Amino acid sequence: MSLLTIDGVWKNYHGHSVLRGIDLSVEAHEVVCLIGASGSGKSTLLRCVNLLETVDDGTIHLDGQEITDVRVDADDVRRRIGIVFQAFNLFPHMTVLDNITLAPRKVHGTGRERAEEEARELLGRFGLADKALAYPDRLSGGQQQRVAIIRALATRPRLMLLDEVTSALDPELVTEVLGIIRELKDTGMTMILTTHEMGFCREIADTVCFLDGGVLLERGTPEQVFTDPRQPRTREFLRSVLDARRL
Amino acid sequence: MTGSGDRDGATPSGGGARTPGDGVASPAGGAAVPSGGGAHAPADGAAITPDWVKSARQEERERLRRRRTVRSGSIATASTVLVIVLLLWVFTASPGWPMVRETFFDPGQFVSALPDVLSGFLLNIKIFLIAEPLILVLGLLVALARNLRAPVFFPLRALAVAYTDVFRGVPTILVIYLVGFGLPALGLQGTPTDLATLGVIALTLSYGAYVAEVFRAGIDSVHPSQVAAARSLGLSHGKAMRYVVVPQAVRRVVPPLLNDFVSLQKDTALVATIGPLEALRQAQIHVASTFNYTPYLAAALLFIVLTIPMARFTDYLAARSQRRRGQ
Repeated sequence: MSLLTIDGVWKNYHGHSVLRGIDLSVEAHEVVCLIGASGSGKSTLLRCVNLLETVDDGTIHLDGQEITDVRVDADDVRRRIGIVFQAFNLFPHMTVLDNITLAPRKVHGTGRERAEEEARELLGRFGLADKALAYPDRLSGGQQQRVAIIRALATRPRLMLLDEVTSALDPELVTEVLGIIRELKDTGMTMILTTHEMGFCREIADTVCFLDGGVLLERGTPEQVFTDPRQPRTREFLRSVLDARRL
Repeated sequence: MTGSGDRDGATPSGGGARTPGDGVASPAGGAAVPSGGGAHAPADGAAITPDWVKSARQEERERLRRRRTVRSGSIATASTVLVIVLLLWVFTASPGWPMVRETFFDPGQFVSALPDVLSGFLLNIKIFLIAEPLILVLGLLVALARNLRAPVFFPLRALAVAYTDVFRGVPTILVIYLVGFGLPALGLQGTPTDLATLGVIALTLSYGAYVAEVFRAGIDSVHPSQVAAARSLGLSHGKAMRYVVVPQAVRRVVPPLLNDFVSLQKDTALVATIGPLEALRQAQIHVASTFNYTPYLAAALLFIVLTIPMARFTDYLAARSQRRRGQ
């Protein structure tokens, strides 16, 4: 059974359909990369999986449970899913340590000492040991995003959603964030990520999905999608991305 | 590439000492990808740049700046003195001035009224100190009630809306009359009859509505992405409010809240209308027996002495949060 199954999901905004019947299943330990132009529905799909948006049709199952059922406790579902946003969204009034331990302490009921110990261990693993007591505005964008990833990890999620996590970063800071994602893959974390970093996508993804106008046009291995795309629209998109790189 | 050329030009003497191909020369290698060596390049660069010696041009610039500061200072002083002299002249030259001086600025009356007015003023401070925390609690609760979304809480939410609408709409002095005379008239058991207590209740009701709106504005000003981040970590609506939204909102609304409290400090005088012996009431008693208005001036001075430090503190906090945002 797949870890996550998305079945015929539709999402409308003001009479315009952003997602048009998306089907996608994600196995445990699989890394799925969503690519596509801005407005193709990638971020909306992630927000639907995390129940930050309600779907207008179709179903999403997590571990065999239908999470789009209106009777489901959304907080309980979100506890099993970690999400990281493009704009970090750290809590500015809390230290790095408090940002990370908030959910373990207040949602999962972990004691402060234990939560902080685990947080410090994660910070150490990702090279941020000396930033535990810093406030987010004292960190670089790359450091903030790494803290945001650790914050999501601290709740031991079954699934991580990464929404354009490097798009707001200076090029030299992208590398450190990509490093952390690579490490997550090595630990066997199941991830769905949206990105504009095609090289990274090709390297890390088990499956690449190309979204266009709310439709999942093409899915396959990175090898297949990048070297031999079946759809003309995919080919066009990849060519325009490569052209932009060259400029 | 011109980049490497500029770089060499900026390090006048050190260029020759470096072997090509080490850290500093990396831009010439076309390596846009950050490498380990690149991180040390600025430090190496700093080592070969001579220490800063203030140039003659900078010395001259700073001298001019100092002169300008002195000049601005003298102009400000001169214009302030002139304005004060002018204002004094306008007052003292007015035809009614001798009469006004006698009835409002009588030192003898001032001294004789001050002890009573001051003892009354202690009641103002007491009313203020009791009302302030009550207002904060009421305001925050009402603001939170307006944010509740669960259907069970609909009556609470409607009540909160009605409360803010009514009490922001009714003049404070009317609220004081209505509470001061109306509440005891109900004859309910346990209704306070102490006039100062009734004044505290009235002020709390009136100001609670304003403060609730201030809190609500603060809560609304916290970006929705903060709520999204909190909810996505599994925090319930209540916990997201408590740990993420409200702490940020409260920090933001401290200056406007203090502003409301400056206003509350002086509005404690309105309680005089229902009779407790606070500063204004004491002054009124003196005025009634002497027909000299100087006691009012004494009361006004006491209020100013209390509100000015609070106003400056508010300015200081506002300036500080401005600086923080500027970082």
